[in-house]
Amino acid sequence: MLIIFVKEERLDAHNSNDLKGKMQELFEQGKKNILVDLTDIRFIDSSGLGALVSGFKNAISHQGSLKLSSLQPQVKSMFELTRLHRVFEIFGSTAEALENF
Amino acid sequence: MDRKEIEVDIKVPNQTRYLSLIGRIGEDIAKELDRYDGDRDMLAYHINLVLTEAMVNAIKHANANDPDKMVHVYINITDQDLLIRVFDDGQGFNINSIPPPDFDQLEDRGRGIFIIKQLMDTVKYEKINGGNMLEMTKCLRCCP
Repeated sequence: MLIIFVKEERLDAHNSNDLKGKMQELFEQGKKNILVDLTDIRFIDSSGLGALVSGFKNAISHQGSLKLSSLQPQVKSMFELTRLHRVFEIFGSTAEALENF
Repeated sequence: MDRKEIEVDIKVPNQTRYLSLIGRIGEDIAKELDRYDGDRDMLAYHINLVLTEAMVNAIKHANANDPDKMVHVYINITDQDLLIRVFDDGQGFNINSIPPPDFDQLEDRGRGIFIIKQLMDTVKYEKINGGNMLEMTKCLRCCP
């Protein structure tokens, strides 16, 4: 499994394409399971959510998986508002994710 | 203490690099609102978010990513409510024709307007002076 630590405070329309491209590249290289750690992300917008959805769909089409960990409360509330918390497997920490992958 | 109206009128180039600047201004203003009875940190996040979503709409869709255009943002806060206007000079669209996201279909896009409508009390988008204006308000004191 591969962990992406997103070292940004915001994941929005300005930088979400970078993450989307990175995930796509990794799946195309044959990586199967990716965990995106969002510890540092304090703010996410619909473009940021969209990039993660894109990664999730990419994972499925490559017979892999994309999971998330370490969401700050307000970031998590955006997943709930858009019902995406039902789509993603979300872990409290990377350690917890590693135990359950 | 005498409560004064807050007014912010700002224009930035039509580029996504300015999202965080405008979002932060909205967030900082909301955090200072001692007249607001609800969760101020949550309000601040929501204002940051709706400003970001509205600007992205103007930058990418209405102004077609043209870096030479400008995005005009106006914020006005009174005792009663918080008003945000984001202006663009694109073709415009009918905000009421945008459906909510289909939660069973996993689309990459199409959540921006939904988020704005969920978080603000009134939202309208209309033609004004040859361009368009997205106007959003949040009641600060008028909750039942």
